[in-house]
Amino acid sequence: MAPNPYLFIVIFVGVALVFPLLPLALAWLWRKFFQPPKPGAEKNAIYECGVESIGDAQIQFSSQYYLYAIIFLIFDVEAIFLVPFAVAFTGLPVGGFIAILVFLLLLIEGLVWAWSKGCLNWAK
Amino acid sequence: MSEIDEGLRSELQRQGVWVTSMQELYNWGRKNSIWPLQFGLACCAIEMIATAASRYDIARFGGEVFRPSPRQADLMIVAGTVTKKMAPQIVRLYNQMPDPKYVISMGACAISGGPFKTGYNVLKGIDRYIPVDVYIPGCPPRPEALLHAFMELQRKIDNQKLTGSNKAEHLDSEQLSEFPVPAFGAHDLEPPANPDVFHPMKIERRQ
Repeated sequence: MAPNPYLFIVIFVGVALVFPLLPLALAWLWRKFFQPPKPGAEKNAIYECGVESIGDAQIQFSSQYYLYAIIFLIFDVEAIFLVPFAVAFTGLPVGGFIAILVFLLLLIEGLVWAWSKGCLNWAK
Repeated sequence: MSEIDEGLRSELQRQGVWVTSMQELYNWGRKNSIWPLQFGLACCAIEMIATAASRYDIARFGGEVFRPSPRQADLMIVAGTVTKKMAPQIVRLYNQMPDPKYVISMGACAISGGPFKTGYNVLKGIDRYIPVDVYIPGCPPRPEALLHAFMELQRKIDNQKLTGSNKAEHLDSEQLSEFPVPAFGAHDLEPPANPDVFHPMKIERRQ
């Protein structure tokens, strides 16, 4: 007679329950009979750090920072393109030189546009 | 809980029966899994790192699990010069460690301020604010010295009692587990030492 296929699931559920509950029960018994709990203001503090936490954790970051991040990212990528350009500068054909100038011009135009729109002024 | 007769125990051991008590089992488990708090203050921390690395290998004593959170740490190794700026943070971290907790004061600076004792910004020993279990002299102490301190601490844990009037501090509901954090005063930390913790040796001079 083959055992019920669900028997294994029952065994697994049993083990899954006993495995975490037994240590927790032992710890609870230990606390009850031997080790008295000693809570305190700092021990129960939410944030475990040497420095006292200031203010509330539920704050909102200004989206103004997002524009700076985008502009920084664009010019970061530009710097990556400029390094091989500078290395190969002397051996570059005229077409390549003009292509990189156009690339630079596009980015500078973007910077001028962002500047004129007031994106670089920090909004309070 | 009665102590087992040593003769009976060795007689049983010869027959392959291992007898123990709850207290011994508890202390054996604790002393072989001391997790230190992972932080260093000055050059002693370099020696502490060397102790944790493979050459000296603190893992042989069960102390290799350096925890970055005080909630999971059993042992605070004060490794280095404690400045007055840093002292409140250390006391706060000690307070946030769960019981049982132990402190090793590593090196001359953590014991007394060491070569920087006369400095205006140096705390003259961390034992002014938190109870220290083992002091290691040295500037800095070698990894062997830290291992020795570790073994001394293990010996201390092994001798702690589970019940009775002289039971371990963390099992005694009367004993404090948090100590007041000093604040920055106009010239010094306020208070300059915790009188409940700090008991300096008195030098009696003959007149």
